[in-house]
Amino acid sequence: MAKIRGAVVVDKERCKGCNVCVVTCPTNTLSLAREVNSKGYNFAYMENPEACIGCANCAVVCPDSVITVYKVKLQDA
Amino acid sequence: MDVKDIIKEENLVYKKSAIITDNTMHYCPGCTHGTVHKVVAEVIEEMGIQDKTIGVSPVGCSVLAYNYLDIDWQQAAHGRAPAVATAINRLYPEKYVFAYQGDGDLASIGCAEIIHACNRGENITVIFINNAIYGMTGGQMAPTTLEGMKTATTPYGRDVKLAGYPLKITELIAQLPGTCLVTRESAESAVAVRKLKKMIRKAFENTGKKKGTSFIEVVSTCNSGWKLSPVESNTWMKENMFPFYPLGTMKDI
Amino acid sequence: MGELRLMKGNEVIAEAAIRCGCDGYFGYPITPQSEVMETLMARKPWEETGMVVVQAESEVAAINMVYGGAGCGKKVMTSSSSPGISLKQEGITYIAGAELPCLVVNVVRGGPGLGTIQPAQSDYFQAVKGGGHGDYKLIVLAPNSVQEMNDFVDLGFELAFKYLNPVMILSDGIIGQMMEKVELSDIKPRMTDEYIAKNHGSWATTGKPGSRNRNIITSLELDSAKQEKFNHKLQAKYAKIQEDEVRFDTYKAEDADYLIVAYGSSSRISKKAVELARAKGIKVGLIRPITLFPFPVKELNGFAKKVKGMLTVEMSAGQMIEDVKLAVECSIPVEHFGRYGGMIPSPDEIVAALEQKIIGG
Repeated sequence: MAKIRGAVVVDKERCKGCNVCVVTCPTNTLSLAREVNSKGYNFAYMENPEACIGCANCAVVCPDSVITVYKVKLQDA
Repeated sequence: MDVKDIIKEENLVYKKSAIITDNTMHYCPGCTHGTVHKVVAEVIEEMGIQDKTIGVSPVGCSVLAYNYLDIDWQQAAHGRAPAVATAINRLYPEKYVFAYQGDGDLASIGCAEIIHACNRGENITVIFINNAIYGMTGGQMAPTTLEGMKTATTPYGRDVKLAGYPLKITELIAQLPGTCLVTRESAESAVAVRKLKKMIRKAFENTGKKKGTSFIEVVSTCNSGWKLSPVESNTWMKENMFPFYPLGTMKDI
Repeated sequence: MGELRLMKGNEVIAEAAIRCGCDGYFGYPITPQSEVMETLMARKPWEETGMVVVQAESEVAAINMVYGGAGCGKKVMTSSSSPGISLKQEGITYIAGAELPCLVVNVVRGGPGLGTIQPAQSDYFQAVKGGGHGDYKLIVLAPNSVQEMNDFVDLGFELAFKYLNPVMILSDGIIGQMMEKVELSDIKPRMTDEYIAKNHGSWATTGKPGSRNRNIITSLELDSAKQEKFNHKLQAKYAKIQEDEVRFDTYKAEDADYLIVAYGSSSRISKKAVELARAKGIKVGLIRPITLFPFPVKELNGFAKKVKGMLTVEMSAGQMIEDVKLAVECSIPVEHFGRYGGMIPSPDEIVAALEQKIIGG
């Protein structure tokens, strides 16, 4: 059985920390960072990278187009 | 498998549209404008019509839309985007012309222009952002402000005796024979955004087929104006806006 | 020799537009200029040259269509009369602010308000001082014949594209409604897409090819320092126009002791007044500003050194007189004679006014 693994890259500097991606993520991968970017926003990041399935829902709802999504299919080990 | 092994070009499934510029959007965090801009950009990119598309931006928060989509733009006077788009369409009938307008721009000061452009069946796409408030000027009542809703100019809530009723302009526009597609969408979830994209794509395709005016309302949030967080705004929108502005396609011919 | 016809001024505007390769006309009916759009609709230029004609829902929509068309690098125009021109001011200031070329024809009627449908010249201030908000100017051409209604359409577009600035033909109900012999211009083809890409490609929205950056038509600049700089650029443009584009005409002005200053219809009536006065032994001449902006300041100032006084004749309560006084720097008496509210001065009245206000005064 194939397993899906995903990963997202957030453009930290452009992220405004609106949190919409965090609540949209079906696998609780994302969270807002405690640190802030140069604009003072708590940017989004993968708190649980293992959970990401690469569905891209976060990127689809992101108003600032700051999320890039990658996905791989892994063969069951 | 390590994350860095996943983040490779060959595994890419989603990235920022090439039509979206590198300018940081001036919109507030979580603003629906950004999401809708992105969807429009993706449609333009996927249809390969960057060199044939001319956007018309309004007065309001999205006045600077021209900074964010890498296409030719005209910035129209308040409410006049449909008139500007009319001329561009008439003079360049082979181009894809769209007007992007907010609720104050389209449903208040520009009521005449939008009704008549749609009634003439101008071969354009209209994207109508309805967040029931004036964003740029600081949260005043819009024509679409809900009854009882508090704004800077309805501090005790919209009283219909004083301010009239919220205007369902999309329902009006659906009656006009010049329109070929009239739909009300939203952009608060991935499902909603994907549906919105489908409809915007359809609208641009209608333009390509010279079918007349395609009109897409996007029920949106204004978290600054509503004085809620972006996530709370989405919840408030679902609970309050959707019952009055029900989502769905009113016309698709 | 071009084709000779007997036509109304308003009809000639339409005919000249088609012949000069105009791409689009956007209008809204109003007396006394409705024949412009009526003529176009009857002529169906879209079948002949591809010119677009749209009856808009309002003057406001019409001028914003002009904005849209001008932003495409096309030759576009509108026409209206005074109350309609007031409505268009919003669009005109945006066009000036976005530095777009276009032609606006005002067939003036008397005001204020709904006023009268009869001819007047009471929109001078509105035309030459900007009209809408912000520091801007239109190039203003004042025809005094049906022939000039023809000639100024082509000239207007030429100046509009030369300076990327809106041009106004400030006519009036007399010239709009009057029939005269006119020699029509030869037919010029419309600009091709290739021509527009080559000549206006640096600013016109034609759809962004990969070979250039996106073009943005806007009058917005949120950075005040940049906006001031842009205003400096506009002012420099207006100074250049003032330097290079003054047009005027004179009649028996060389040996004159007194000068009548009049434009448009008033200048024709004043010409007769000059003859009547000369028959009485008074050496009167006429100077007719053809461009109201740029105003013939230097020329009037020059005449002020030769004549004893000037009388402005306008179908208004006295508007151009302010520019005449500024031009002559109060070195000689300048008085005004006007009929207004739709009334037209007679040559006798003008001579009487000259005798009373200038010679007798």
